[in-house]
Amino acid sequence: MVKLDAIQKRLIEEIADLHSVPEGAYNFRANSQLVGRNTTANIDIVSKPDGSGIDIHIKPGTKNESVHIPVVLSQSGIKETVYNDFYVGEDSDVVIVAGCGIDNCGVRDSEHDGIHRFYVGRNAKVKYVEKHYGSGDGKGQRILNPVTEVYMEEGSSMEMEMEQIKGVDSTDRQTIAELKADARLVVKERLMTHGNQNAVSGYQVNLNGANATADVVSRSVARDDSSQTFNARITGNAPCSGHTECDSIIMDNGRILAIPSLEANNVDAMLVHEAAIGKIAGDQLVKLMTLGLTEQQAEEQIINGFLR
Amino acid sequence: MLEIRNLSFAVEEDGKQKEILHDLNLAIDNGKFVVITGPNGSGKSTLARLIMGIEKPTSGSILFDGKDITDLDITERAKQGISFAFQQPVRFKGIRVKDLLRLAAGKNLSISAACEYLSEVGLCARDYIDREINSSLSGGELKRIEIATLLARHTRLSVFDEPEAGIDLWSFQNLIRIFEKMRREIRDSSIVIISHQERILNIADEILLLSGGSIRKHGTPEEIMPGLVGQNSVCEKLQ
Repeated sequence: MVKLDAIQKRLIEEIADLHSVPEGAYNFRANSQLVGRNTTANIDIVSKPDGSGIDIHIKPGTKNESVHIPVVLSQSGIKETVYNDFYVGEDSDVVIVAGCGIDNCGVRDSEHDGIHRFYVGRNAKVKYVEKHYGSGDGKGQRILNPVTEVYMEEGSSMEMEMEQIKGVDSTDRQTIAELKADARLVVKERLMTHGNQNAVSGYQVNLNGANATADVVSRSVARDDSSQTFNARITGNAPCSGHTECDSIIMDNGRILAIPSLEANNVDAMLVHEAAIGKIAGDQLVKLMTLGLTEQQAEEQIINGFLR
Repeated sequence: MLEIRNLSFAVEEDGKQKEILHDLNLAIDNGKFVVITGPNGSGKSTLARLIMGIEKPTSGSILFDGKDITDLDITERAKQGISFAFQQPVRFKGIRVKDLLRLAAGKNLSISAACEYLSEVGLCARDYIDREINSSLSGGELKRIEIATLLARHTRLSVFDEPEAGIDLWSFQNLIRIFEKMRREIRDSSIVIISHQERILNIADEILLLSGGSIRKHGTPEEIMPGLVGQNSVCEKLQ
């Protein structure tokens, strides 16, 4: 039975699009307490003996099942580090939805550092969705420092959608991936910072096996006085292909540092990086205004589309 | 429908005022298909942009359905019923064709209605409706989508700035067909097209010849075309 108050329910809706308890396996965590868990015949969730987090075991061959592991913090002043390990069995095909929502109306900082490790079995297929959201008008900061480690066996594939659009004051996100032969990783990151927020996002993707592929694409918007750093490195240690792209809109007094980098240690590694930073083009605003939108509405549409 | 009175537009160049349009007077009636033509640099696109409110005139006024719209901004003019197709359509990362058509229609357009507009401009709707309006689209495709957004708006006055610019010959043939259809179906609205193309000039109700920032001729194709065909639009300074 999951018991959540109104604020917690709102946070869950924001980060997981959930309006009720989801089907399938789930683990709800609110203010550092377990408030609900469900396991299925194929997906088991167990707490680590030392209480530092959970282990999620997905049996080989599990198809079309999902795991939700949302976390909400609605008390000011909570600081926690949680280790969640996912063991995804061979040939399985699953959706994993994680995410953290912080509502901080107090003066003390709230911080959730989730360390997620994925062990993706041979030929397994994973879609991972992670959303971060902050709200509350307290002076306390809302801080999220996630670390994601992905270990991919031969022929496995993983699609990661990571989104942080609103309300997180400070974030330092680090993602590491190790890919064996024929493994495929696709990362789609969406980030918007406003106010005085600061966001750092770093990727280290190692393509270790033949035909491993990685595509790491980040789109971000920095408004007001916020700042962002995007630092993505793809290393090719085998005949492989990798692409990283960082595309940003800068507004107001925002600051963006983009450092895409490539390292090739094999003559057949094909690696590409792209980075672009620019403000909203005047022509784009004018075009939408000729359709009857105000300048502000036009700006919203452009940003919404860009961060889709 | 549209009346332009004593309209002038100047820009500052090297510290001096350079006049692009000089004391223009013009009236476009309801139900008319009007083509504005003239050599490069004659001020055609500037005139189109002044009508939409993208540029502000130095002096003079613009009336739409009898109302002075000179001080209205782009958004307000759009709401009054003026639409504008760009010479170089704008690209948007992440905004899909159906999103733009919905914004143009000003309502939550159904997919089938959006598809109809795309079919009108000769695009197979199923292939395009979910495409992003980004650099993956060719110039000809963008141009047609641009025209579809104007169709979706159903405005009283549609202004097209050189629709033929930057498209291939094959797309051009289709483009002519689209304008011929618009011409046939024109009802309680008017169309103004900036164009150099003889085939577009030929289907006009009226042609306006602009040169050196002034209207040199204004009449039917029968009156204007004989003087235009074969004329080189070379730099006036060389003539």
